Amino acid sequence: MEIKTGKSVFAGIAIGQIYIFDKGDKTVRRDKTTDFQGEIQRFETARATAKLDLQTLYEKAVKEVGETNAMIFEVHQMMLDDLDYIEAVMHMIENEMVNAEYAVAMTGDNFSEMFAAMDDDYMKERAADIRDISNRVISVLQGRSKTEILSPVPVILIADDLAPSETVQLDKSKVLSFVTRHGSTNSHTAILARTMNIPALVGVDYSEEYDGKLAIVDGYEGCIYIDPTHEILAAKQAIQLEDEHKKQLLLDLRGKENVTLDGTKIEIYANIGGIADVANVLKNNAGGIGLFRSEFLYLEASTFPTEEEQFSAYKMVAESMAGKKVIIRTLDIGADKQVDYFNLDKEENPAMGYRAIRICLTQKDIFKTQLRAIYRASYYGTLSIMYPMIISVKEVLEIKAIVAQVKQELDQQGILYGQVEQGIMIETPAAVMISDLLAKEVDFFSIGTNDLTQYTLAIDRQNEKLDAFYDSHHEAILRMIKLVVENGHKEGCWVGICGELGSDITLTETFLRYGVDELSVSPSFVLKVREKVRSLDLRN
Amino acid sequence: MKTFDYIITDNEGIHARPAGMLVKLATTFTSKITIGKDGKDVDLKRILSVMSLGCKKGHTITITASGEDEDAAIEAIQLFLKENL
Repeated sequence: MEIKTGKSVFAGIAIGQIYIFDKGDKTVRRDKTTDFQGEIQRFETARATAKLDLQTLYEKAVKEVGETNAMIFEVHQMMLDDLDYIEAVMHMIENEMVNAEYAVAMTGDNFSEMFAAMDDDYMKERAADIRDISNRVISVLQGRSKTEILSPVPVILIADDLAPSETVQLDKSKVLSFVTRHGSTNSHTAILARTMNIPALVGVDYSEEYDGKLAIVDGYEGCIYIDPTHEILAAKQAIQLEDEHKKQLLLDLRGKENVTLDGTKIEIYANIGGIADVANVLKNNAGGIGLFRSEFLYLEASTFPTEEEQFSAYKMVAESMAGKKVIIRTLDIGADKQVDYFNLDKEENPAMGYRAIRICLTQKDIFKTQLRAIYRASYYGTLSIMYPMIISVKEVLEIKAIVAQVKQELDQQGILYGQVEQGIMIETPAAVMISDLLAKEVDFFSIGTNDLTQYTLAIDRQNEKLDAFYDSHHEAILRMIKLVVENGHKEGCWVGICGELGSDITLTETFLRYGVDELSVSPSFVLKVREKVRSLDLRN
Repeated sequence: MKTFDYIITDNEGIHARPAGMLVKLATTFTSKITIGKDGKDVDLKRILSVMSLGCKKGHTITITASGEDEDAAIEAIQLFLKENL
């Protein structure tokens, strides 16, 4: 038996086989070859495959975003056909007798340096195109890596770290627990684990040899047992059984009101990241959906999701919730959530970069497609919209103008839609400070505590070194929440919290005293928070 | 051999998309076609070379075609430049 320790991000016990998630070795090595013709052949085959992939992307994009926007995929194909590029690669393979991967990487670097050195900003950015096409060919050359869970039974997933674009593609019913080498307790994987209600550890040093071995993840103790002894196995199974029992007791709270002993009520809604989560929302008896992260539609696709695709997803959720409120947050990508086909530039400081509403207000076509889809779906249930990353009244006014335009177009086409409440996320210190002004323009506020904390404390939540400095109960954050509630209520806005803090039951009483109207938490936390609310008495 | 000069009027210059369209057009002809700027001539059928010239608004470019279909090539390219650049 071997024991490795890490930081626990979610308590609980998971027992199962280890599955090591391998992104593939992205580094390109220089290997000598004697068969340069074979390497040239490999390059040509990979180049053809890469071009085919681009053609598929191009055709899809033409249909969905129009020829002008799709042209970039065609330009990429032409770059792959560029004789200078091809000759440079072949020349290097032949002259230096090296492997195709290395020749492609070097040629890509050389060409992109040439562009990067130009005195034209636009052309400088083309350096990224060259790297892009080279990486495409290299990944074909290296073959597909082990990024899909092939095991028939659920596993303990171990990885260096997981990007949101990777977790979104995972079949989550196959994951018993996440264990990562990197990542902080606030990383996306950590949040995902909490949403899924499964134990998870970060900062665990592991060996590739663990793949396939039986293990126990103990989220209470923050450790993983590899090849556990019979005694340990029996002890942990007993704890697991007890947990199951407690969960059953919570389920008895279904159908009960969220009311304190003195009669104060609060709404408890659930956060979801996709249609699959709706079942859990219903099972845990949430009063509605307080945060429907629409990004999954974009992250799961290889190109922009169409209005129809979005409409059918929103409609399905609206109908499943049968009249209960569903708050859809518009596209929130950028920063740490990257989507290839948006072709976003690499940024020095993505958390403060081109993301969320900033993308929507710049690339209005993408935004309008989403708004149309939401409005059309609003006919089938009770939908609300909230906009992320707001920092000014001007942005809200601009959004309202676009919404009015969308509604007008629907009217002209005779398409029916329902009443849609308009709200904004309060997740920047700027929005907190002007919440009195913002409240005049919208129906509700939803406080996104994760980003708000990161921006207020100036702490990058992905930086594991800063976990010691990160204080989610920081007085500054609590004062901000209090201020936002007061300012919202003055103008008749209701105020909710949809960040991680909402499910922190040590703060439930504080939030009730502030007058928070709604808490939106992971589906699995709904009943726990309800239990807490029902135990409180604000007269004390 | 046929040749002509053109002054770019488009604000963006020959960036990726028009370069792509221009190269696509050039490859439909069998003639050897070059594009020159500031004394540097490159093959108009090679997109990376064309882009590397960094042609911007106000720059004068020289298009040269030689081969069987040089007349048609020059005519088509001239038309394309007027319409797009």
